[in-house]
Amino acid sequence: MIEDPYLGKYVTCVSARSTDKEILKKAQDGGIATTLMVYALEEGIIDGTIVAGEGDKPWQPKPEVAMTREDILKARGTRYSISPQISWLKEATRSFGLDKVGITGVCCQMQAVRKAQLYPINMRDVPGKVAFTVGLFCMENFPYKSMQSIVEDHAAQSLGSVKKMEITKGKFWVYTERGNVATVPLKETHKYEQPGCHVCLDYVSNLADISTGSVGSPDGWSTVFIRTKVGNEIWSKAVAAGLFETKPIEEVKPGLDLLRKLAKEKIDKNQKTVEERKTFGVNKGLRNPYA
Amino acid sequence: MGLLNSVKKIMGVETKPAQVAMEKKAEATKEKKPVTNKIKLGHVHMSGCTGCLVSIADNNLGLIKILDDYADLVYCLTLADVRHIPEMDVALVEGSVCIQDHESVEDIKETRKKSKIVVALGSCACYGNITRFSRGGQHNQPQHESFLPIGDLIDVDVYIPGCPPSPELIRNVAVMAYLLFEGNEDQKALAGKYLKPLMDLAKRGTTGCFCDLMDDVINQGLCMGCGTCAASCPVRAITLEFGKPQGERDLCIKCGSCYGACPRSFFNLDVIPEFESINEIIADALKEGESND
Repeated sequence: MIEDPYLGKYVTCVSARSTDKEILKKAQDGGIATTLMVYALEEGIIDGTIVAGEGDKPWQPKPEVAMTREDILKARGTRYSISPQISWLKEATRSFGLDKVGITGVCCQMQAVRKAQLYPINMRDVPGKVAFTVGLFCMENFPYKSMQSIVEDHAAQSLGSVKKMEITKGKFWVYTERGNVATVPLKETHKYEQPGCHVCLDYVSNLADISTGSVGSPDGWSTVFIRTKVGNEIWSKAVAAGLFETKPIEEVKPGLDLLRKLAKEKIDKNQKTVEERKTFGVNKGLRNPYA
Repeated sequence: MGLLNSVKKIMGVETKPAQVAMEKKAEATKEKKPVTNKIKLGHVHMSGCTGCLVSIADNNLGLIKILDDYADLVYCLTLADVRHIPEMDVALVEGSVCIQDHESVEDIKETRKKSKIVVALGSCACYGNITRFSRGGQHNQPQHESFLPIGDLIDVDVYIPGCPPSPELIRNVAVMAYLLFEGNEDQKALAGKYLKPLMDLAKRGTTGCFCDLMDDVINQGLCMGCGTCAASCPVRAITLEFGKPQGERDLCIKCGSCYGACPRSFFNLDVIPEFESINEIIADALKEGESND
């Protein structure tokens, strides 16, 4: 077990991508989250999973309890806006009647699940029915209107025409269905960030069973951390079943060094924000949830 | 006992495989009688609905295991015929206090006097909950109009918020309270760390509402739109509009659950990231067939 101050506890880290061509067609990166949840569903490890499905507006995510491969596949691709995944956590064990719930989400949503498991407050049945969590790396998120401003104003693209969005190499990238590419320097997007993200001290979903993200691996591949016993067992079986191509992360560029550097930047910057809250006013400060 | 042997890693004490094997052997030859004392547990029923006690009972065989190995239920009018409040290590108090009912006021004072740890079990005891809406005028005690959470009359050590409170949380608190009284130093430290946020909630105040999410999360720049509050609300008073909580405040019964469940109310980094080992410790403690008596 490795205990990295910036990358969390993990058993192993690899660069990987799915071998399922259909999944890869619309996956954001290596199709890890989609493939893992489809595999877990088909193997009976979960009987449903909370995913970020298609919302009512273009590129607005809507949390959903997916119980088929088709529904899980509909949630492929990153949506840079808030999807309150955990709002379905209890209901998944109620009207949906699930026994083994899967959850996908970003770091803070993994934290919410673990808190509900250890300190279930009006969360009856949840602790024992969380079966598998897949957490995404997350630097920050945007309210829907922020994302709209970035895409429509700064990148000057119509949301209805967008095929994919990506934050990488210092830019917010927008790809359209008809092949156009537009970028926005990240500096311009900072003011649109969700303020609650500025106290977040987790970059690579430290509390997930398996976490996955883009940074560290080449395009079309994901960096994957296998963290818990649950995660390890599912990952080993899935790899043995031929669902993933993998490479040791040490043999991949830019690899863990870049990832750790970005994790450190996020945590250091946000830790500073947390500190500054203590003396935000005059003889008064703002609340610290970690205190 | 399973529980006493199970805390290994939490305090950073790594156990090598060889040692584990030796411990197992020692365990097998251990005496039949419990090595440690059980703690004294009581259930005190103020102006509550007994749903909190039902939640305790909904731990099923887990409760039986706790009563077998870790705790004696010394007082509980619903389940036993002890008539008066005895000495207790842990008092689980449900319901709020009607200040026009002399006997109730005496009961809650007596409970504090007789208990080492007072737990406000459920949202009525913590926050008043539905009894916040009481205003008297009903037969045949129309003057019974004022109800207060127990923390307004006595000092409360630990909150277990929720309406209903989750059986799992009550179980965890019971196990941790046992460790606090009867565990070794490491276990006491773990129990202290686990219980701390629930003790902090008790210090924070005696009101619960959807408004907590506004006052202490959104207004404080801490909300990140995870949606946990909506899942926890027992009356579906919370939706998320464009990723932020929207409260139907005339639906809200003022149970305080949403703020408690919110990962930006308390998020204790010395406990929650250890979820895997703590879950194992609790599961080991409740494993069937390991009873020592």
